[in-house]
Amino acid sequence: MLEFKLPALGADMDEGTLLDWKVKPGDTVSKGQVVAIVDTSKAAVDVEIWFDGVVEELKIPPGERIPVGTVLATLREPGAAPTPAGPSAPHRASAVPPRISPAARKRALELNVDPAGVTGTGPGGAVTLADVEQAAATVQTPPFAAEPAPEKIDRQAEMRKAIAAAMSLSKREIPHYYLAETIPMARAQAWLTAANAGRPITERLLMAVVQLKAVALALRQFPELNGYYREGAYQPAPAAHLGVAISLRQGGLIAPAIHEVGDKTLETLMGELTDLVKRTRAGSLRSSELTDATITVTNLGEQGAELVHGVIHPPQVALIGFGRIGERAWVENGALSLIPAVTASLAADHRVSDGHRGALFLIELRRLLQEPEIL
Amino acid sequence: MNDQALRTEVLNTLNDIAPEVDVDTLVDDQPLRNQVDLDSMDWLNFLIGLHKKLGVEIPESDYAQLTTLERVLDYLKSRLP
Repeated sequence: MLEFKLPALGADMDEGTLLDWKVKPGDTVSKGQVVAIVDTSKAAVDVEIWFDGVVEELKIPPGERIPVGTVLATLREPGAAPTPAGPSAPHRASAVPPRISPAARKRALELNVDPAGVTGTGPGGAVTLADVEQAAATVQTPPFAAEPAPEKIDRQAEMRKAIAAAMSLSKREIPHYYLAETIPMARAQAWLTAANAGRPITERLLMAVVQLKAVALALRQFPELNGYYREGAYQPAPAAHLGVAISLRQGGLIAPAIHEVGDKTLETLMGELTDLVKRTRAGSLRSSELTDATITVTNLGEQGAELVHGVIHPPQVALIGFGRIGERAWVENGALSLIPAVTASLAADHRVSDGHRGALFLIELRRLLQEPEIL
Repeated sequence: MNDQALRTEVLNTLNDIAPEVDVDTLVDDQPLRNQVDLDSMDWLNFLIGLHKKLGVEIPESDYAQLTTLERVLDYLKSRLP
């Protein structure tokens, strides 16, 4: 008998609401498959299972709020004989659930709309966000129902609470040290301009992915910056899954992971980053994206400030920041010139590494960004 | 496509990227990205949206011209297929 428990989808989560099941008893599931949708304080998450098996029983009905670690379902090993079915059938009649996106499902819950009663206009008859809102709007609104969407305000507050919890833990437990290095970007910019000149707009690259790739490659020589500190011990991670800090338009931020960044081409990374930003803002992330990041990268971008002093996201042990790329006065070989440059910063955990190694990391990052053609 | 229709397309595209923006409050001759919080990914997606809807090619070397809503509209108008 295997137990599928509610995982912690980030350091800041201690409970969640099961929104829906994507499987039913008797289904064969494989590792990595999305089996349930769970609402955390930050987003509705497609929760993936981490082993193969056959679903025996769904223990929790949709709509229930449960603590992390609660058994959501029991499964048997693939090929094992089924347990005789007891009287404890699933709580819900197993009518075919409507196809619906996680974002639409979340909205349906907020608006108190039953998705089963909504006509889907999406691909394959799937219920879309617009369908849900349409359905909610056509519901008779009682007079004086001027309650200003309490659910929405609540989510903002929940998001702030979740960030506060994780960052308080970080500042309480992690002895941070900070380093910064100004990196000339003329070569990287010239290389990117030339690369993009030959591409249609839909295939152009952003400097952000060049920076991500450089971070991942630099990390290969600095395992003490890439991993988890848990229960008094550090475990380096075998690959660099970069958590990318993405700000949400209504406030708050989430840093989901792009997996194995060092092994991917810039084109692949661009596609994945675009998709990740879109899904983060639509509230449609997978559990592995929320739990697998081994280090976080925050990029302040063109509208940002020059330098960021990062707060490490536990249980990670480092955060890399990039400020705004701008023109700087630069002295080299006794001559003054004007060049585009960026200030890269490192916030790292003194329980695991020292400033000397951190500095060497930033120097390696700087070196890699002078050779964009190898990224 | 007349000016008003073009404007509507551009503002709709902007709202796809930044749904919270009240486009009626935008000042045409002020820098757009100071009025709407668009990072480089948002900006690229905005331009891709315009390219797909209007069929206009926008080389990266032209991005620097596209500072205000007014300039974006003029640029697109002169290049509509």
